[in-house]
Amino acid sequence: MTAFTLYNYVLSGNCYKIRLMASLLGLDYETIAVNFYPGFEHRSDAMLALNPAGTLPVLTAGDTVLTDTQAMLGWLALNHDPSRQWYPAADPLLGPEVLQWLAFSGRLTNSAGLARLHAMLNWPVDGEAARRAAVRDLRELELILTDRVFEGRTWLVGDRPTIADIACFPYVALSPDAGLEHDGYPAIRNWLYAVRSLPGFTTMPGIHELHELREPADG
Amino acid sequence: MSLDYAKNDWYAVADIFCLKDGPRQTRLLGTDLTVTGPADTATVTDAEGNRYPAQLRFDHVWTTLGDAPRTLFEIPQGDEPGRRRVPCGVVRVRCSPLRAVENFLDIAHFPFVHTDILGSEPQTEVRPYNVEIRDETDEVWATQVKFFQPQAARSAGDGIITEYDYRVPAPTTAVLYKTCPPKPEAQDVIAIFVQPVSETECDVWPWMALYDDESTFSEMVQFQHEIFVQDRSILENQRPVKLPLDPRMEIPMRADLTSVAYRRWLKKHGAFYGALTEDA
Repeated sequence: MTAFTLYNYVLSGNCYKIRLMASLLGLDYETIAVNFYPGFEHRSDAMLALNPAGTLPVLTAGDTVLTDTQAMLGWLALNHDPSRQWYPAADPLLGPEVLQWLAFSGRLTNSAGLARLHAMLNWPVDGEAARRAAVRDLRELELILTDRVFEGRTWLVGDRPTIADIACFPYVALSPDAGLEHDGYPAIRNWLYAVRSLPGFTTMPGIHELHELREPADG
Repeated sequence: MSLDYAKNDWYAVADIFCLKDGPRQTRLLGTDLTVTGPADTATVTDAEGNRYPAQLRFDHVWTTLGDAPRTLFEIPQGDEPGRRRVPCGVVRVRCSPLRAVENFLDIAHFPFVHTDILGSEPQTEVRPYNVEIRDETDEVWATQVKFFQPQAARSAGDGIITEYDYRVPAPTTAVLYKTCPPKPEAQDVIAIFVQPVSETECDVWPWMALYDDESTFSEMVQFQHEIFVQDRSILENQRPVKLPLDPRMEIPMRADLTSVAYRRWLKKHGAFYGALTEDA
């Protein structure tokens, strides 16, 4: 019995958030490939009946149907992480901080994510405006992460990785797809490295494995 | 000049899907074009209203800007009954169109870029294979290329030794023929049709003709997207951006024989659009 079913497009950063979180939690799940591009199948009648917003991913588990990526991260953590590390929802300080970052991750989808769609799939949007918005968001994140480093911390919230990190990771990591390299963002680079070092980390096209962390051949 | 040779080749500028919602505005060899459907009777015009020839082949609309176009190559296997033809849309890459083709011809990168799909460590050896420029058809061919692959196709279960044949019928097109997991007597066909936007930017149209009765169309497209976009970030970081044709500029290894033949063949034809040449 698998934990859930994911309506998935392999190049979507939002779909990857769910695949990554499930991999970090060691969960088995089913995927249904949706031809987001070039088929625009997420706007088909069948998919709109499941998700009127016409977005991906969609997560189903029994009678549960979730159409918001950040809600899915919360669902995964609350249902499949007994330690409550990944979403400290009941903590009066950390819980709201996580929610704040989930909202920030939505901004990243509309800035760095959109810039990537424009650069890669020629999406009919103002690519320059999206890139400017992405630079603004990356700089904001860089400043906050720099402060975190000065405090001796690695993660966005508290002292352990949370769904806040997972929600913000993909579109930051994928920004070079839109020509937005990470060279000018040393704190972001450290944080990306930390996420990629997590046990159970999984890749997607554009986010490569840390080969140097693989087990050496001679054990 | 480099554009002269390139103008007389045919290029994919649309597929059968993308014209359904209206014309496609695009650029080919630095010229802005409008491609208007339906695909089987598509028209291609530039900003001044000049009209260019168009033909529908391999589920794509092809055009040429030249006055003396060379004949568009054939892929006869694509028409065989029972094959599923899969146009995979278009992906924009900031690299030389020639670099995109050369990357498609390379197998040595499989374990490192397409980890656990087209290759895996420690099985990284590229065994000796044959490379030739076939005079009768004027094409580059690499044959009997064998490589261990954990998941060679959507339809492949466990890892297999996959045998590839590679073919370059035009400077910006590469076709590969590979072991078809569910039908060992046949070969799957996978191609990339590279549309040179400029010398340093291209739109890549992956296309497949497969024997696969199991996978959904969406699954087959996603398999190809996953692999191609794994290459994209590597391609955008290759330097120099243009493909060097001077053999002194990059040092090839034995595994790069196909690339060496491809570069030699480009040089022989003066197909320099997207290339770095000695006199550049």
